[in-house]
Amino acid sequence: MTEPTIYELSSPGRAGVSLPALDVDPSTFPPALIRTELPLPQLAESDVVRHFLRLSQWNYSVDKGFYPLGSCTMKYNPKINEDTARLPGFAFVHPLQDPETAQGCLALMYQLQGWLCEISGLAAVSLQPAAGAHGELTGVLMIRAYHHDRGQENRRRMLIPNSAHGTNPASVAMAGMEAVEVPADPEGNIDLAALRTLCDETVAGLMLTNPNTLGLFEENILAVAEAVHGCGGLLYGDGANLNALLGIVRPGDLGFDVMHFNLHKTFSTPHGGGGPGSGPVGAAAQLADFLPAPLVAMIDPGNEADPPLYGYRNPGKSIGRMRAFNGNFGILVRAATYIRMLGADGLRQVAETAVLNANYLRALLKDTYTISHERTCMHEFVAEGRWADAPGVGAGDIAKRLIDYGVHPPTVKFPLIIPDALMIEPTETESKQTLDSFADTMKKIAEEAHTHPELLHDAPHNTPVGRLDEVRAAKQPILTGKLT
Amino acid sequence: MPFLPHTESERSEMLRAIGVKKAEDLFAAIPKSVRFPGLQLPPAVSEPEVMAEMRYLAEANHHAQNAACFLGAGAYHHYIPAAINHLLMRGEFYTAYTPYQPEVSQGTLQSIFEFQTLIAALTGMEVANASHYDGATAAAEAVILALNQNRGRRRVVMSPVLHPQYRQTIRTYLQGAGAHFAGDETPETYSAFQTRSRAKHLATCVDESTAVVVVSYPSFVGEVEDLTSLAEIVHTAGALLAVAVNPIMLGLLKPPGAMGADIVFGEGQPLGIPLSYGGPYLGFFATRQAYLHKMSGRIAGETVDGQGRRGYTLTLAAREQHIKRERASSNICTNQGLMALAATIYLSLMGRRGLRQVAELCYHRCGYAAERLARTPGFQVVSRFPFFNEFILRCPKSVAEINRDLLDRWEIIGGYDLGQDYPCLANHMLLAFTEMTPRGQIDSLAEALAGESL
Repeated sequence: MTEPTIYELSSPGRAGVSLPALDVDPSTFPPALIRTELPLPQLAESDVVRHFLRLSQWNYSVDKGFYPLGSCTMKYNPKINEDTARLPGFAFVHPLQDPETAQGCLALMYQLQGWLCEISGLAAVSLQPAAGAHGELTGVLMIRAYHHDRGQENRRRMLIPNSAHGTNPASVAMAGMEAVEVPADPEGNIDLAALRTLCDETVAGLMLTNPNTLGLFEENILAVAEAVHGCGGLLYGDGANLNALLGIVRPGDLGFDVMHFNLHKTFSTPHGGGGPGSGPVGAAAQLADFLPAPLVAMIDPGNEADPPLYGYRNPGKSIGRMRAFNGNFGILVRAATYIRMLGADGLRQVAETAVLNANYLRALLKDTYTISHERTCMHEFVAEGRWADAPGVGAGDIAKRLIDYGVHPPTVKFPLIIPDALMIEPTETESKQTLDSFADTMKKIAEEAHTHPELLHDAPHNTPVGRLDEVRAAKQPILTGKLT
Repeated sequence: MPFLPHTESERSEMLRAIGVKKAEDLFAAIPKSVRFPGLQLPPAVSEPEVMAEMRYLAEANHHAQNAACFLGAGAYHHYIPAAINHLLMRGEFYTAYTPYQPEVSQGTLQSIFEFQTLIAALTGMEVANASHYDGATAAAEAVILALNQNRGRRRVVMSPVLHPQYRQTIRTYLQGAGAHFAGDETPETYSAFQTRSRAKHLATCVDESTAVVVVSYPSFVGEVEDLTSLAEIVHTAGALLAVAVNPIMLGLLKPPGAMGADIVFGEGQPLGIPLSYGGPYLGFFATRQAYLHKMSGRIAGETVDGQGRRGYTLTLAAREQHIKRERASSNICTNQGLMALAATIYLSLMGRRGLRQVAELCYHRCGYAAERLARTPGFQVVSRFPFFNEFILRCPKSVAEINRDLLDRWEIIGGYDLGQDYPCLANHMLLAFTEMTPRGQIDSLAEALAGESL
């Protein structure tokens, strides 16, 4: 099956939209600057709608089925979020309007800042960052600014566990600092002795994902925080896995000084096929003054007759602006809608159920697949996708075979420290029936790996395309289509 | 509890299978002193109640659907064809993840490929990526590309009429990179502002330590000029030219690719994305083949499967953080996928003629408004021809005061107060015109402003 590109569908003279006629006298054009060719396609509205609808049908999605993609928290995205974000009073507000004319937007943002403070146990939150990695860069720049402010420019080394997401070291490098790897101990925790050796006056901080990417809660977290703080460093929290901690423990209470949230993971906003996300950053009191500018503030608390007045304020030692305008506001509306519908009890049930589902699935699979660590997991766990008596079969093959059974594969070959990793995160929104059925499928695939390995090697079998030639894509890159 | 499917009996059965008595027992690894804090959040509300609350907040805002909007300055009120939202609302698109499994993501991947094709065609460049967060972060990534391409050169020349928030973002991103900046020093007088905002002046800031020159086309205040000579000077000095564009304008005017630009980037919000108080928007980014491997962000490429069928996959991942970690070209991971899809659908619907028509409506209505407002006593149009969809209006009193009157008395959202960014432009307003501001609205604006000069 091949769908022509939008250019291949083009037919000269067609138009997909009608526009108002010119209602003023035309102005003179600057002749030297007028464009003489405009290589855009020409299609009718129906051509365009059918093309993209057909393309949509080639996607797997959360709305279609189970999506146990580790560390991505592919939970169900409530439909009400889409409706609230599209209310005209939100969707048509210009970001540079006088704050007095956008009080509804600012009230929502102010509330959300407060809720995220409460959930994380931190003192202040900026809603500006557009995604998790963007939040990380924000946090790392804040840590850098904090040390510079105290005259400690020598603190350039950021400690990062070897199980961390690649964005962590990449953010550190962008901030002009040095990433230093910290090993794990046999239990999957940070190797405390190794950490203590690394902690000295050149350390800016430690970036920690907790629970980590093995799905394990860092058992020595208080000792880790003490070691990092003891040498004058700060503790950064990668909030990718916050779903396991909602109402269970607040990162601020564990000693985290600054962290980012992934609203598109934890707070149910859709992933959009690769964004938009939203990556607010929270800071403990001593770092709050370094947050990006501006923050939403209550300018006047109001009284019985007048509502509060909201506006903007610039933190005194702010690292500056991380993007234009006011954050991914439409995503903030979705997250606020979600938090409002769940409340404190609901959020705690989200975390408990996410952890329940992961441990249940782990229990169902542990006799068939080697699970990375013999411990209660949090919201996800890592299985090894290989068997000594099924040579030639790896995590990638299992992933592709799952597609044949109508399930999206887990995250594969990450974290890098587990061979043939299959990182499985069921999330709280999946029913017991879904989990049971997935476990049955995984067991069946394990059997096939031993009896009919070719079924795995050739998989997937029923998709619009089979396994693609990735080497060719990279060696002879074709990155744009023909302009017909 | 909404969105959580388990019944009590299913829950108990699952706990038994795990071998614990209650869910709390799964959290023994968490320090007891801080476990189960009891969050202080407002009590949960139902779906109709949350809808009512959100509607109440939304209705507290003024916005471009209940007022005439002449505010632009980097985000614009354009018409969004109905088909876009219907397609974006397909769960197959908006509830999918990043297309790491190409066999079940061909819809997203082919759309990204088409987005790259459209952006390259529009900007006159050779390659484009799958998107950045917004125009400002795309600007920062453009500077980072140039600094990586020209190691040893640390000077970044920026036009003072590159969007102020883009310049701020670039400075924030690069505070640890040892870059230094030139060109955008705040002018003290209006005449200095006029001189410094021209390409000719910027060319004098380029030296052999310059890695990149960043300009805006049109400028932040709407003016347009040919960048060909600037490109030649920049290239002679061994630096790169990066150009921020308004994508709608490229339906009418020559693309920077035809003038020698090395990187063309911008804010894609005008391409079918709602104002939404500043986001989510769309950073687009295009460059020359020669800089492909230094470009950050995801890229989709065409290839074939085992049976020779055409398909698409994310490619050139060796540039990216999940492979290269601290040696990656950027830390970017999630980008603005769904917004790129909106822009792809928008450009497909508009096509060659539609985009030209939108651009012409902006251009001619802006010209009409300039001519009309120039005749309003007390006001002066100070932008120089040609300008695209915006110009500077010098006002007889503070912009804040005028805007208050416009909204209170005329239901008009007025222009951007340039004094916020350029002290020499106190009492100067930046006004924007699109296919959504018909002649009648412009005439009302003129009438309203006439009242302000009394």
